[in-house]
Amino acid sequence: MLYRESGQYKTSYIADQAIFPIREDRIGMAIIGLVALAIPFFASDFFLNAIMTPFLILSLAAIGLNILTGYAGQLSLGTGAFMGVGAYSCYKLTSIFPDVNIIILVMISGLFSAGIGVMFGLPSLRIKGLYLAVTTLAAQFFLEWCFIRIPWLYNYNASGAIEVPERRGFGDIILTGPSASAMTQYFVVLAIVVVVTLAVKNIVRGRIGRQWMMIRDMDIAAELMGVRPLTAKLSAFAVSSYLSGVAGAMFIFFYLGAAEPSAFSITLSFQILFMVILGGLGSLVGSFFGAAFIWGLPIVLRAGFPALGLNVGAEVIFHIAQMVVGALIIFFLITEPHGLARLWQIGKEKLRVWPFPYA
Amino acid sequence: MDILYAILVDPFVQMVELPDFFLQVLWEGFVAGVLYALIALGFVLIYKASGVFNFAQGIMVVFAGLTLVGLHEKGVPAYLALILTIGVMGLLALAVERFVMRPLVNQPDIILLMSTIGLTYFLVGFGEFVFGGEPKQMITTELGLPTGSTAFEIGDGGLLILQHIDIAAAVIAIIMVAVLAVFFNKTRIGRALRAVADDHQAALSVGISLNQIWAIVWFAAGIVALTTGIMWGARSDVSFALEIIAFKALPVLILGGFTSIPGAIVGGLIIGVGEKIGEIYWGPLVGGGIESWLAYMIALIFLLFRPQGLFGERIIERV
Repeated sequence: MLYRESGQYKTSYIADQAIFPIREDRIGMAIIGLVALAIPFFASDFFLNAIMTPFLILSLAAIGLNILTGYAGQLSLGTGAFMGVGAYSCYKLTSIFPDVNIIILVMISGLFSAGIGVMFGLPSLRIKGLYLAVTTLAAQFFLEWCFIRIPWLYNYNASGAIEVPERRGFGDIILTGPSASAMTQYFVVLAIVVVVTLAVKNIVRGRIGRQWMMIRDMDIAAELMGVRPLTAKLSAFAVSSYLSGVAGAMFIFFYLGAAEPSAFSITLSFQILFMVILGGLGSLVGSFFGAAFIWGLPIVLRAGFPALGLNVGAEVIFHIAQMVVGALIIFFLITEPHGLARLWQIGKEKLRVWPFPYA
Repeated sequence: MDILYAILVDPFVQMVELPDFFLQVLWEGFVAGVLYALIALGFVLIYKASGVFNFAQGIMVVFAGLTLVGLHEKGVPAYLALILTIGVMGLLALAVERFVMRPLVNQPDIILLMSTIGLTYFLVGFGEFVFGGEPKQMITTELGLPTGSTAFEIGDGGLLILQHIDIAAAVIAIIMVAVLAVFFNKTRIGRALRAVADDHQAALSVGISLNQIWAIVWFAAGIVALTTGIMWGARSDVSFALEIIAFKALPVLILGGFTSIPGAIVGGLIIGVGEKIGEIYWGPLVGGGIESWLAYMIALIFLLFRPQGLFGERIIERV
């Protein structure tokens, strides 16, 4: 009753091909949009800075990996490094062109990441499955090594880390750097994530996205039907790395503020892979769910133990949080291997027939 | 020209000029390779029997080592601690089979891979929670493992120093592979294991219990992990920083193929020796530290020519 598309007739192809063809979806999206816009006026700076902003950024990274793994079926363990490429190239760009708006530079830095992604995607034409996953580890460790050993990348800083300089834009608003306000950064990140996600949504439901899915479902059959594996796989690597690169640049410029090479270690890659798997392979909304879950769970656990009156050390909480995350991952894989996106779908189907149990 | 000389000629000149140093590097690489091979062996055991790519093998190595040292620290005698640790690995195998593998049977590969990464997280958290996060010293002497070293003279005045513990590691690895080979080929359970590896359903239909077999392979992998943990722990400290060696086993597997035990051994040795030689002779050209990724690059290049690994079964694809 609540979520029912009956009676909504489409009378033109444009209406039929809309992103959200169902009225309830449009209403839902409008509500989510309003909430996202309203959050900064009610939430504390801590909530914005430590939860919402990284959640949005990591969602974008998860979407990036989901393109590659969920849509095109190429398993990758190198997302963290591709994020690093975005971050370091954005840092170099803003050092060389300090006057260009940082948002433009963030969007451009994704291109460098895309280029490197395509390079490391080349083996995917010959290597498949788990074997490919290991070759992406080559990208991960090699790029991580570059971040440490090429001092040009971090402007020969003695610390070996990159520190985000202060950058202003849109008149005189401080966008990055230590004195930027949490609200500004949240809005910038929100805007980028929304725009990019909409673009990606249109890519995956169009011709290119369908090619990716054909390659994923059966690459040989796809090839026989006229999909070029070269373009399909490499375009997936390019788009995926572009998104990871943009996410990485934002991660540094709008969230961390400074970063050592270890920020882009394999741990980050795994974290994002978990977001994709738990959220649901091949689902954009799932990427958001997964990011919220993986990013939010340790925070909730850390806040939860003192709230329960258990007085334990920070380190012990960290260990327990890790145990719980591991156990929950296994639990979720067992109960719902298709991820949170599948639960969402089931929920929608239930709402459709509500209040009756069956249609 | 200078660059070409530095890349193509100079390293070999160094090798010939200082043969004792070269042999030392070779030996170090060999020992590292043996340990990589041992980790890879654990992977192969589980992959063969259940098709699960067990990412947690590296962590099981650390976990086993940590349990052993941790028990000893709590006042348990060394040999009793060893037996207890074997017991713990057995319990772990049972638990993994019951709570992870059995509910996930017949799921796609990537889901199984993910579940073992989840297991990795769990074991890291659990191990640090119980035994603390700081690095520990392996109880080498208490276990009766040899310490000290022997020096051989080579050529005119060159020295080759072999640590006894490294020799022991190599010997134990060889014994272990031999025992596993006998176990796989001559015993009833070993045959059942191979049957399961060949075809799950056919194995089920002739009355082999999959659950039992899986528990056994996880236990066997646990024993391999314990051995590796002791050997690796004796060379450096026991801590979860060793996690990184788990990743090194992946290129080894790729080289050897996921299903081949000899492949794991040969792959381990190639990677171990290759990365040591690369690091010592070519590393300085680009600023050192290339050990962290050289293994993956070697594996990548091999894969471009043989996508199924050196000893892997030929991949035949059908639509």
